[in-house]
Amino acid sequence: MSKLKGKSLVSITDYSKDDILRILDTAEEFEANQRQNILNGYVLASLFFEPSTRTRLSFESAVQYLGGSIIGFASADTSSVKKGETLKDTILTVSNYSDLIIMRNPMDGSARYASEVSPVPIINAGDGANQHPTQCLLDLYSIRKTQGTLDNIDIAMIGDLKYGRTVHSLVQALSLFGATFHFVSPDSLKMPSAVKTVVKNAGLEYHQYTELTDVIPIADILYMTRIQGERFPDPLEYEKVKNSYILENAMLDESKDNMKVLHPLPRVNEITEDVDDNPKAYYFQQAKNGVYVRQALIATILGLK
Amino acid sequence: MNMNHKRTELKVSAIRNGTVIDHIPADNTFQVLKMLNLDESSRQIYFGTNLDSKKYGKKGIIKISNKFFENEEISKIALVAPSATLIEIKDYEVTKKEKVNLPETVEKIVKCFNPKCVTNIQNIPTRFQVIEDHNGQMKLACHFCEKTMGEKLIEFL
Ligand SMILES: [Zn+2]
Repeated sequence: MSKLKGKSLVSITDYSKDDILRILDTAEEFEANQRQNILNGYVLASLFFEPSTRTRLSFESAVQYLGGSIIGFASADTSSVKKGETLKDTILTVSNYSDLIIMRNPMDGSARYASEVSPVPIINAGDGANQHPTQCLLDLYSIRKTQGTLDNIDIAMIGDLKYGRTVHSLVQALSLFGATFHFVSPDSLKMPSAVKTVVKNAGLEYHQYTELTDVIPIADILYMTRIQGERFPDPLEYEKVKNSYILENAMLDESKDNMKVLHPLPRVNEITEDVDDNPKAYYFQQAKNGVYVRQALIATILGLK
Repeated sequence: MNMNHKRTELKVSAIRNGTVIDHIPADNTFQVLKMLNLDESSRQIYFGTNLDSKKYGKKGIIKISNKFFENEEISKIALVAPSATLIEIKDYEVTKKEKVNLPETVEKIVKCFNPKCVTNIQNIPTRFQVIEDHNGQMKLACHFCEKTMGEKLIEFL
């Protein structure tokens, strides 16, 4: 029985290196044998206070492959939240009906708070701009699967590095394994200093670039993210840079053989469709890995793995 | 010689019973007064600021009669004036003198600067870890939203 049994997952930093590896190993088991009826008789709650269809379906798919039942809501419109119920009251009520709560909520820090008032474990499916730890775990799973290891990879992160919570969590997690980081962004969307401090404190290296083409020949992983126009203080600057972070198939000619392109999805236009047929494109498989990882996490927290 | 000595002594009057907050960074003297609601207090209070200090350049000092601080108030003082010394006085004698200590956590007294933080949207007591950034600057890390803020963003509840 794992020490993760009964424990909430709010932030990727709640997990040690061993905890992460344990979840990834269990996810591998589910990839080999996905249908396991171990959640028979269990009820899980899926509380999405803001819509996120992709994440919700991935969690619900994971629960159903395990033979469990799921209750909940897909947006705050249909819930008592709309009537002004506090988060505490919603969590205390729903915990009476379920063995575990999967929650997405637009308030930063809501998942930590929920985990402290809830008698059943919480899995954070995104709390505002703060954390989305299952995305991080599926990214790590995808990296390990394609590279054979999580140790000492060269990872390039491209796009909005200032506000992109997935890249922040991924830097925190990979710092446990010893990576070299290549940060590519416009000047106004650079990686925050707090995240760079994590890299430094781990005794690792990072390099900063403004050109996507600079990192293509050196990366083992090209982690693409969306750049949103509204993040720019100056719309003119957005117009200037918006096309410089688009990955096209021809650009991959110079990349390493083992290189894979990852993206948390949904994409807008930052990866052109001609990349999809390149064997180096891994983002759809990456999303599929999310189901195995979520199966592993749920089974582990419920003490069934 | 005598004149100089006398002048130094007269800067701020002595108190019989109470607490002296010494070595406040001069820029923060009024902030400390306000934060402790001393501007609205009916106690006898003496204070001075922009006083010469060998160690700190310019310092502030506050003397409050018949007031002894609780831990929560001391935490507040430490956040605004980490170099301050608290001196307790009973019957004109110094009975206790110690530097304020930054606590490891700060609960309920500071507001999170992140407007999207759950503590600002619902009625939830705040909690911060006191940390140092890579430049050795004190920062407060919100236990909930995980954002960190420096001294300038600190706002008391
Ligand atoms: Zn906060």
